Amino acid sequence: MVDIGNTDIDALPVAEVEEADLYHAKSWITKYVFSQDAKVIAIQYSGTAIAIGLVGLVLSWMMRIQLGFPEVFSFISPEAYYQFITMHGMIMVIYLLTALFLGGFGNYLIPLMVGARDMVFPYINMLSYWIYLLAVLILVSTFFIPGGPTGAGWTLYPPQAILEGTPGSDLGIILMLVSLALFIVGFTMGGLNYVVTVLQGRTRGMTMMRLPLTIWGIFTATVLALFAFPALFVGAIMMLLDQVLGTSFFMPAIVSFGEHLEYGGGSPILFQHLFWFFGHPEVYIVALPAFGIVSDLISAHSRRNIFGYRMMVWAIVAIGAISFVVWAHHMYVSGMHPAFGFFFATTTLIIAIPTALKVYNWVLTIWRGNIHFTIPMLFSLGFIVTFLNGGITGLFLGNVVVDVPLSDTMFVVAHFHMVMGVAPLMVVFGAIYHWFPLMSGRMLHVGLGKVHFWITFLGAYSIFLPLHYIGLLGVPRRYFELNVGGTPADFIPASVGQLNAFVTVITLLVGVAQIIFFINLFWSLRYGKKSEKNPWNATSLEWQTPDMPPGHGNWGPELPPVYRWAYAYSVPGFATDFIPQNVAPSTMPGLENIEDG
Amino acid sequence: MRIAIALLLVGVGTLLFHFLSPWWWTPIASNWGVFDQTILITFVITGVVFTVIMLFLAYSVYTYRNREGHTAVYEPESKKLELWLSLGTAVGVIALLTPGLFAWASYVTVPEDAAQVEVVGQQWTWNYRYPGADGVLGTTKITNITGDNPFGIDLDDPFGADDILIANNELHMELDQPIKLLFRSKDVLHNFYVPHFRAKMDMVPGMVTFFWMTPTRTGKFEVLCAELCGTGHYNMRGHVVVDEPEDFRIWLAEQSTFVETLAAAGISTGNDLADQGRDIAQSRGCMGCHSIDGSAGVGPSWLALYGKTETLDGGDTVLVDAEFLKTSITDPNAAIVDGYAPSMPPYDLTEEELDALVAYIRSLS
Amino acid sequence: MIITLIFMLAVMITIGRWLYLNDLTTKSWAVEGIENMPRAEIKLPKSKLGLFVFITVITGLFSLLISAYYMRMGFGDWAALPDPPILWLNTAIIILSSAAFQWAQISARQLNMRRARIGLSLAGLFAVLFLAGQLLAWRQMTELGYFAASNPANAFFYLITALHGLHLIGGLFAWARTGGKLLRGNDTSKIRASLDMCTVYWHFLLLVWVALFSLLLAT
Repeated sequence: MVDIGNTDIDALPVAEVEEADLYHAKSWITKYVFSQDAKVIAIQYSGTAIAIGLVGLVLSWMMRIQLGFPEVFSFISPEAYYQFITMHGMIMVIYLLTALFLGGFGNYLIPLMVGARDMVFPYINMLSYWIYLLAVLILVSTFFIPGGPTGAGWTLYPPQAILEGTPGSDLGIILMLVSLALFIVGFTMGGLNYVVTVLQGRTRGMTMMRLPLTIWGIFTATVLALFAFPALFVGAIMMLLDQVLGTSFFMPAIVSFGEHLEYGGGSPILFQHLFWFFGHPEVYIVALPAFGIVSDLISAHSRRNIFGYRMMVWAIVAIGAISFVVWAHHMYVSGMHPAFGFFFATTTLIIAIPTALKVYNWVLTIWRGNIHFTIPMLFSLGFIVTFLNGGITGLFLGNVVVDVPLSDTMFVVAHFHMVMGVAPLMVVFGAIYHWFPLMSGRMLHVGLGKVHFWITFLGAYSIFLPLHYIGLLGVPRRYFELNVGGTPADFIPASVGQLNAFVTVITLLVGVAQIIFFINLFWSLRYGKKSEKNPWNATSLEWQTPDMPPGHGNWGPELPPVYRWAYAYSVPGFATDFIPQNVAPSTMPGLENIEDG
Repeated sequence: MRIAIALLLVGVGTLLFHFLSPWWWTPIASNWGVFDQTILITFVITGVVFTVIMLFLAYSVYTYRNREGHTAVYEPESKKLELWLSLGTAVGVIALLTPGLFAWASYVTVPEDAAQVEVVGQQWTWNYRYPGADGVLGTTKITNITGDNPFGIDLDDPFGADDILIANNELHMELDQPIKLLFRSKDVLHNFYVPHFRAKMDMVPGMVTFFWMTPTRTGKFEVLCAELCGTGHYNMRGHVVVDEPEDFRIWLAEQSTFVETLAAAGISTGNDLADQGRDIAQSRGCMGCHSIDGSAGVGPSWLALYGKTETLDGGDTVLVDAEFLKTSITDPNAAIVDGYAPSMPPYDLTEEELDALVAYIRSLS
Repeated sequence: MIITLIFMLAVMITIGRWLYLNDLTTKSWAVEGIENMPRAEIKLPKSKLGLFVFITVITGLFSLLISAYYMRMGFGDWAALPDPPILWLNTAIIILSSAAFQWAQISARQLNMRRARIGLSLAGLFAVLFLAGQLLAWRQMTELGYFAASNPANAFFYLITALHGLHLIGGLFAWARTGGKLLRGNDTSKIRASLDMCTVYWHFLLLVWVALFSLLLAT
């Protein structure tokens, strides 16, 4: 089945040495703080993203205890509640997941996996992180300003976002928009790096169709982000002008609390178009890297090639392309022209086909594999289940008439948490357990990892599964409480309150269980079992560096040449069940030698 | 091993939960049963896919676990299998989409005999307007809105005079009569949502949106706002009552037309300060947060408020008198009653208006 | 959003075509070795490829802005602006700036660094003049009573010119770095690379300005 190339290839000159291009840090500060090494930047990005993500997690506890036990915690006012949900959403979607997948995993894995020494523009890469950090700090600062952070919901819809009646409609929203604009500027700098490094930084023999799917996912997501974020940027700047200068881009004539405002003629729908032109690709900006990474985890830990590699690549590209023409499925009940409903429902359901195919291929990779139940594999399985569930409910919401009764209910909340909250986080955890040995030279503790997995997976699933059903009942989202003045809505039975209390308890439990993960992380960093080189016997290049953890410049004097695709697992006729990408075919008979390496 | 059992349990548990869950949609009260059917079709198709994949996953995880002497099968792809799976998925998607699009076509095509009613949203209350005897709604403009003309009806438009205005959060509908609901908003985005009707639509300031429906059973149903519209969003509730045709006509005949409310406003001016105050309270949207029947809301109820001693945020107590009320209107965050949030925007009212409002609040004690 | 979608379509066709040239249908598991699968090269220096990607992203930004412009125009309260004559002068100046850059680039290629220095200085001077001219245009507009808040047409005028100006200011940083290299007399290949990049970016900003100015004139 395998066509072994001719032996001439060994006579080829070695890959060019690019040592000269590399920036060498001269001091501790330039090495670890203002570092231009993608691996350090990756850790800075990840650390910041996870730190702000923890803030987002605590915010979710706050809103859950309000929903689970209304009128018990009087310190949560309606204002505070709406500020919590807004900041929770914004932090998780943009400042945690986008930054972690692209800035964190992207920076760490792209140069290593394509066989480069570093990103192509290390200085701009460094700037990218520091601008991101500034954006995060501005975001956090809104908690401490008069009026507090904005409470307009993470969609920041005008006119309410900038009018009285919504918390943080002055400084809160202004700083939010500034922070977003900065994030976009910083991301664009990083994004240029990721794209150009994948295009131009690949080592010899690393064709596009030999790239691991991780890189395909991150690459495509970056391209999406580069073209989607400008829409948010334009929307943010225009809203900023509406708020600060009193222009009327999005503002029609308004009577707010009996007072005629100066605005006139604008349309809130215009903002929604701009927002969702960004917002829907954003879903895939988070999902595609997760798709890519989980493909590699499943393949490596099932000791089987990813099933249908070509189809997986095509699916990623197709999903990326179609994701730009589905945005208005978030606007079925927004008042836009009803004719759009036909078009966007159709495109939305079409996108389900490549997505479903990816699910099939993950399952088919596991089928007839040789599955090692490592922690990354467990999280990958957790991903498949939560993504399958969340993807299926996406078929409900994409179909325009089903969306009409379900939109703005808890069904939507449950759907997107399952599909772009829990599922990508499963991948984040799996990826951290998988690549921690590469980053630190030590293994994470398996027992703690298992406890972490079971609580997180089963807990998260039982949080969001029932919420779909109260959404079906009609319980609306973004409600501070369902009982007004002690009288519950007629159609909401008392059992909904009990369910909310149950979900809150599980939420707190799952949240607290993350402490296990952090204990594991910090403990293992110092006391973890020393990892052998390539502990998972993986084929991709990042495990084939001369040093582990890889040093500055990643590779020795020569860049690794690549001879095959990244999924040569369990190839018949070889002593080992994996053949790394950089092992020359002429040395194949001696493959037994690397078995223990 | 354990994970295979867990996968099986999660799959089976999800199905069990689906069938045993006490939460399901509300009994329908409109003609949009086709929405429910589309949801059911979606549940069936996706449920089958979910079950098959979960079972297959659990089976694979169990059968192909790593053990002595077991190796994986090297098989880069199977074009045929992937093709069949794609085709199967495409068929499933078409089966979901087709009924959906047909239902959507009927949802966006308003029948010619549909009656009209206008719903106007403002933070955080609903107002309704019927076209009156001529069957035509008068044209409106946001800039026309005043205390006496809360809908902003064009005074020169002859169609507007007989429009019937409802300002008490309760909408009435005639059973089995198709009705087109037209939506406007005075301030921010809202969304008119009645779970029993299945339909919902955003209310967007600066434009008129709509949906149509036919109420199919009588009763009183809850109206909810389904678009985050500020601090009082969760409190933006109301009711819709579906009447027998006869009851509906009787009810409608009791309501005031625009001309009548204008005349009443004219009479009340200068006559009774408290009446004036009520008009101001209605036009300024005070009722969105402050009830007049003692029920709790975003802000304290006005019933028996005047003369009461309230405990403030810091623990101090204060007697609610005219001075305190006026300060609380013009500078609401100066003193917050314990248990409430500092969410009220300051109102820029004249001294006369303040006096009227206070007189009105006083009249409720 | 039609303009943006047309732009996105063009981007996708370009990417799709490139992927197609990269043998997207190869059965990569069936072939081993290096030379058996030559990668489809992009024959551009990394920095230039980076610049082109950046330019494409900026084009996306402005196409979104133009989309928003046309959508907002349709809402009825649009009152078209007079086109201040100074914008014609500014257009001439930014063309001169681009031309000076082109001249500097050609001179550097002919290893005439003195002419390159003159060209670069002129390009910078004209760029600053253009920015000053834009500010003057703003002042004339406000003096005539066309404030940002009074009509969306005015607001878009200020927004569009400001965003374009910001990109030019960003370009001036690159200009200063190139100037520094030229003054220090770094090795000519580096100077030429820098000049090439700046020239491309300047021509791009000229094109953007011409597009935006035509939009202002046409509406």
